[in-house]
Amino acid sequence: MVSRPVLFGALALIIVAVVALALPSWLVSLTTLAFANALVVLGLIILWRAGLVPFGQALFYAIGAYAVALIDRYGGMHDVFVLITAAAVLSAFAAFLTGFLLARYREIFFAMLSLAMSMILYGALVKTETLGSTDGFHVEAPTYLGYAPQGAMHLLVLFWLVLAFSAASALLVFLYFRSVAGALAVPVRDSEIRLEFLGVSVNGLIHLNLVISGTLAGIGGAFAALSIEHVDPNMAYWTTSGGFVFVTILAGAGSVAAAFVGSFVFEFLKSIAYDILPGTWQIFLGAVLLVTILFLPEGLGSLFGRLRQRLNLKPANVSS
Amino acid sequence: MSAILNVRELEKTFGSLIAAHNINIAVPPLQTVGIIGANGAGKTTFVNMITGHLRPTKGSIWFEGRDITGRPSREITRLGIARSFQVPQIFASLTVLENICTATAIARTTSGLIHQALTPLHSSAILADSDSALELFRIAGYRHALAATLPQGARKLLDIAMAIAGAPRVVLLDEPTSGISIEEKFDLMAVVIAALKRRGITVLFVEHDMDIVERYADRVLAFYDGTVIADGPPVETLENPRIQELISGPKLKLAVPNGRHA
Amino acid sequence: MLTAFAILTDGLVYAAYLFLIAIGLTLIFGVMRILNVTHGSFYAFGAYGSAIAVGIYFDRGFPAAGGFLLMVLVAMVIGLVLGLILERGLLRLFYGKDEVIVVLVTYAAFLILEDVIKLIWGPNSYALYQPLALAGTIDVGSLVLSGYDIGLIVFASLLAIGASFALKRTRWGHLLTVVIFDREIAAALGINVTAVYTITFVIGAMLGALGGAVMAPKIAVTLGIGVEVIVLAFAVVAIGGMGSIGGALLGALIVANAGLRLSIWCRRSSCSSSTR
Repeated sequence: MVSRPVLFGALALIIVAVVALALPSWLVSLTTLAFANALVVLGLIILWRAGLVPFGQALFYAIGAYAVALIDRYGGMHDVFVLITAAAVLSAFAAFLTGFLLARYREIFFAMLSLAMSMILYGALVKTETLGSTDGFHVEAPTYLGYAPQGAMHLLVLFWLVLAFSAASALLVFLYFRSVAGALAVPVRDSEIRLEFLGVSVNGLIHLNLVISGTLAGIGGAFAALSIEHVDPNMAYWTTSGGFVFVTILAGAGSVAAAFVGSFVFEFLKSIAYDILPGTWQIFLGAVLLVTILFLPEGLGSLFGRLRQRLNLKPANVSS
Repeated sequence: MSAILNVRELEKTFGSLIAAHNINIAVPPLQTVGIIGANGAGKTTFVNMITGHLRPTKGSIWFEGRDITGRPSREITRLGIARSFQVPQIFASLTVLENICTATAIARTTSGLIHQALTPLHSSAILADSDSALELFRIAGYRHALAATLPQGARKLLDIAMAIAGAPRVVLLDEPTSGISIEEKFDLMAVVIAALKRRGITVLFVEHDMDIVERYADRVLAFYDGTVIADGPPVETLENPRIQELISGPKLKLAVPNGRHA
Repeated sequence: MLTAFAILTDGLVYAAYLFLIAIGLTLIFGVMRILNVTHGSFYAFGAYGSAIAVGIYFDRGFPAAGGFLLMVLVAMVIGLVLGLILERGLLRLFYGKDEVIVVLVTYAAFLILEDVIKLIWGPNSYALYQPLALAGTIDVGSLVLSGYDIGLIVFASLLAIGASFALKRTRWGHLLTVVIFDREIAAALGINVTAVYTITFVIGAMLGALGGAVMAPKIAVTLGIGVEVIVLAFAVVAIGGMGSIGGALLGALIVANAGLRLSIWCRRSSCSSSTR
């Protein structure tokens, strides 16, 4: 028995996959990048539910991106599955290691420590000549189990792959939220003491969440690198992390789908802003963020919730 | 009958401050022990040592024949000693049902985080256990209310209900009736003790209200200056002039019976 | 011996710089528990304001001393205006909300102000060279030290001492300390916490702008200087313990020390020459 949200998700997935064939390539590219970034946001949502907002997810994003770029250029392997797996493993490992320190902190100190770690990577990347310093370097298109798509097809194939990964991640995170471990996020926010005295290691739980979101961010970075065909140290900079947090607020913490919709809306708005308001696109984005915080504090996801209630689709006792 | 909880020569010092010393207590199973004493007398230190929050400087604590001295709280909870808090530690953003479901689910997923990640929260087994827990503590009526909106009495009951979700054999209640109005105190305590007795749990409770202690304790431990100065049945201990002098104050003969506090 | 002295002064100049850019941030965080990302904007506005106003001043050939005074004045005006607009117009709408949300509000304000800078001053780079030239050099043996650099060290030290004094000896400082300690108790004591917040934020803005104003002669004042300063300022404040002047000093010294060691190591290992 499959639940309604999963059904709707599957349906939306198929529709988007098919429609992509008819869309202009700039839109396909934009959506690919949006979904890659949405994976990072998904990870942030997991942490935000527990009351933690890291300001340095770009650390794992950059690790994933550079892993792909380096293996592609120096490792002689171009298969996309090899690249993505490597990115996932490396970022998971980094998240595991950094988690030992990060899991001991909360609130602002957690955010700052996370920021500091990402800026250390940034500094290291900038200072390394062989990695192209601030310019970064180009990433070649990957192959897909031997298949090397030509021309416009390679945009579509990458898009479908990202779509598939997004769907898989969305489903896994959705199931995670329904599991006991996933449901402990809000209790962590409310009373860590109670959890500890029920036998739960709160730091351990946070460590687990950090590894999950770090891995997601790494995979997101990997796909982003493949999508824009370039990596540079800016992917580890604090403004990149800030962008992810921005989308998380826009999306809200309540729904998995919101991460993807929110990310798409953000990339789309950014794109329009660049075009229409070249000198003032940051004003536009800043204003969007403020308006969201003021009038839609639960994010776009809450609109879904209200919509589902209106259409009577929301089951009575589902807790977010 | 061997004691379920055995404390020997327990001592805790913080630098030159002796917070607790010379504590020797054996608690038989299913006993209800009232712990009294003025603030700073060592009651909280004692509770914290048993629940693993503090590591004793000297002495040992034995639970069901096992040495649990100095073990971390998480482990002690899993072994079967739970506690409630003076300020109820509940999950304010969740409903009452979700609160107890969480506690029940944690109790059932003992193999740790991975087990917890793979177990769905909303299973009928967990719901059934949770519902019966709510019934037991008479707060089933608040099922779908947000825990943040609960009156103090219901909060205390929820805190205790969550504490025993893991079927502990011993529970320590930290001032269960503090902050509750005089009219409601006895009702609350009655529900709590009945529920805990029904589940076969040995109870130690810290209290300042002597009437509650007199009514519900099988045995009273009186703390003073870091050690136990009296250990006996409630009426005897509370009538003891030394206890009255140091802790509880004289029994007042008033026209309207009133609560006596230490 | 002389190299040691040179390294020492280098380190002190860097520490002075770090202290100057962090003091405003730490004040606002200490009192209001807000990690003010807009601090970068205050710095940038201060730098631009100083570069242009003081540049014009010196072009007109006015006396040198007044130029330095003008720097401070420009910073204070900018801090006052920006600080008031931001605190009264925007931030107060979010008091009481989650700490992280407030940080994001300041981030949004920062984004907006970045473009405002671009709108006002365009993408050009501004240079303020007169103060450096006027401050001349100080010769220590074969070492030539920039007078402006020494001036910065002195200025930062005076600021640190002045701020400490203000906090510990003045009535206003005492009020601030109570609010830092516990705002609820402060309010219960009858302190107008709202007013304290506004004034603190404005002073923090002024200090932020002041940092930019006095650094203007040493940098190329252009787009993006605010972005870089934020991280450095955050690092100083975080390392030194957030919310105390001594902390900001300590943080500045620690980061300067680390930064110096890194640049010495980098010189030996031929790191990329591009710095950010």
